[in-house]
Amino acid sequence: MTRDVKVLYIDLTTGKMSRKLRPDLAEYLGGAGIATKLLQEEILPQEDALDPRQPIILATGPLAMIYPSVTKTVAMFKSPLTGELGESHAGMRLATAMRLAGVDAIVITGKSESPCYLSISDQFVGIKNAEPLWGFSVEEVGRSLRELEPGSGHRSCIRIGPAGEKQVSFACVNVDTFRHFGRLGLGAVFGSKMLKAIVITGAHDELVGDRPKYNAIYQELYEKCVRTGAMEKYHELGTPVNIKPLSAMGGLPTLNLQTGTFDQADAISGEAFAEEKLIRKIACPGCPVGCIHVALSRRFFGEGYEVESATVSYDYELIFALGSFIGISDKDAILRLIEDVELYGMDAISSGIILGWVTEAYEKGLISEEVLGTKVAFGAVEGYRTVLRNLVRQPNQFYRDLARGLAYAVKIYGGADFAAVLGGNEMPGYHTGYGSVVGFTVAARHSHLDNAGYSYDQSNVGPVDIEKLTDYLIEEEQIRCALNSLVVCLFARKVYDLETTARALDAAGIPMTVEDLEALGRKIFILKLQIRQSMGFDLRQMTIPKRFFETPTLNGKLDRATADRIMERYLEKVEQLVVNPAN
Amino acid sequence: MAKVLKAKNMAQCIGCYSCMLACARLVHKSLSVRKSAIQIRTRGGLQSRLAAVTCTACRQPSCAAACRFEALTPRKGGGVTFHKDLCIGCGLCVQACTARAITMDEDTNWPIVCKHCGICARYCPHQLLSLEEAETE
Repeated sequence: MTRDVKVLYIDLTTGKMSRKLRPDLAEYLGGAGIATKLLQEEILPQEDALDPRQPIILATGPLAMIYPSVTKTVAMFKSPLTGELGESHAGMRLATAMRLAGVDAIVITGKSESPCYLSISDQFVGIKNAEPLWGFSVEEVGRSLRELEPGSGHRSCIRIGPAGEKQVSFACVNVDTFRHFGRLGLGAVFGSKMLKAIVITGAHDELVGDRPKYNAIYQELYEKCVRTGAMEKYHELGTPVNIKPLSAMGGLPTLNLQTGTFDQADAISGEAFAEEKLIRKIACPGCPVGCIHVALSRRFFGEGYEVESATVSYDYELIFALGSFIGISDKDAILRLIEDVELYGMDAISSGIILGWVTEAYEKGLISEEVLGTKVAFGAVEGYRTVLRNLVRQPNQFYRDLARGLAYAVKIYGGADFAAVLGGNEMPGYHTGYGSVVGFTVAARHSHLDNAGYSYDQSNVGPVDIEKLTDYLIEEEQIRCALNSLVVCLFARKVYDLETTARALDAAGIPMTVEDLEALGRKIFILKLQIRQSMGFDLRQMTIPKRFFETPTLNGKLDRATADRIMERYLEKVEQLVVNPAN
Repeated sequence: MAKVLKAKNMAQCIGCYSCMLACARLVHKSLSVRKSAIQIRTRGGLQSRLAAVTCTACRQPSCAAACRFEALTPRKGGGVTFHKDLCIGCGLCVQACTARAITMDEDTNWPIVCKHCGICARYCPHQLLSLEEAETE
């Protein structure tokens, strides 16, 4: 069966647009699959990530909106942070809005002469003036666009803040207030194109394949999402449920990864946030789970009970990065830092990891108070707020360098041994064993979500089995490449096993077998690897900082020789796979 | 007794849109959340609470009064019954509804009107929607 994949091309330099039907892309399904293919077609692998000709690809999948918890949009680009594959996924309304606008993928190239935003619907695509919005915080630009653009209710508004405008290498793109294309610097790519925001809406409708079959499978998936335990933890406490157990096991990166246990973990646990700060939970459209936890932070700013408040969404990764990692146990202080990075539009994980490194570099005398513009110390929020502000303002060369990410900064200022960076990306919140450390290093986007090595470590405690681990890392990443082509939220990973996914696709008029899905995952995995290699990625050049071997994981202390052996074995297996994908 | 749809405790709504998707999918045979007689909306951006915009089951429905073709007739218990063969798609009912609970289906040119069937309620993970006995007059 042929299926037209609808791709909207927009060139911000010339203002030219086209909407192409690409049945040839149908074999890549959607999401990560078609985004990888489109990236391969459009990317200039050797040119700078912020070169105006570089593309931004956004892609949803064929199951978006039509099944529960299929809510994600995949962004692909060249990462200004790592210089290699940029891939980031976001939820909220974007996938639904793209579907209602009748586009499967959007390719944006070129650079506008002056600040602009895109207005996209099923009937209109326009490049509009964003001059007055340039400089606005993420919140303010959202408010302005709500008033400027039609489609209230189901539209999606994705936008950058000042960090993206200043091309901070880890600037994020905010999606509908509460979600983000967080990692690897898509915000900087938007900024390099003078693109402040995209608003998408529409009323497009289409038919699905076999209606009775489709309704039955929808029902089955809905029941699994809501009434079985498969996704319960994500609604109850949400991802911060992990804070306490990970700290207890010794896998919660703390104090710039000097330890894996935070003695104040109880104070910043999912339970503590829920009991004292949680005010509401919300969901991405089409997901009955509702994992987004929103906290209220109250702040008195003057005598006579002068008060202000902020509502921010929190997750495990944010509490780790802006909490345990920098020794902060006061929930209001964590929420304040989350709000800061939200308004600037910076990735919370990278921001926190950088603050951790800055603290230790300051303690060791590598950076002076004069250069920093403040004192910093673990647990002291005001100094951190100054550093975050300066990462955006960039008052001196140090901050201009630091805004390019930690991997870049340590080349100039030293301190590489205690920089919690793997593959050029600031580490996610898991120090669990070889699965996490090697897993992050080898993964396509150096993310814990690529191959779930951190999860392997937790269910395989004990001496590492190199064969088993490398097989797991490679197989899991391939399965996820397939699921990320639909685009299923990975929190629903247990609901969407490949057999169920194949039936869901079939009922939606896309007949595929489990084997087809596996083959697709493999194909995307290999294609990504080839793109990364064309950008200069070489696993043999990757070095793991000393800190990862000094601080025990929940599987004990790791040693470099073993990590090297795992990487070597991983490489051999991947090379075999590239030569002979059938195996 | 006739039943009518009620939305209560909307402060507990998580905005998952499962109700809208159910109405679209099972009543209007569509994938689009636009084609749902119940609309979940923010009150001004996602920082605000959510609201359910749906037929309030008027006893003397202004939409029915506005329809010159008797395509909408008052329903027992409140609200209206839609007779699509009588509808010319003029949209006067949309204008007439003060609750803003009627939208036009641009593909069929018929209004999307709640029939108080309760299918949406089955998909609310927080059970905020329910079919209740209409109060007796």
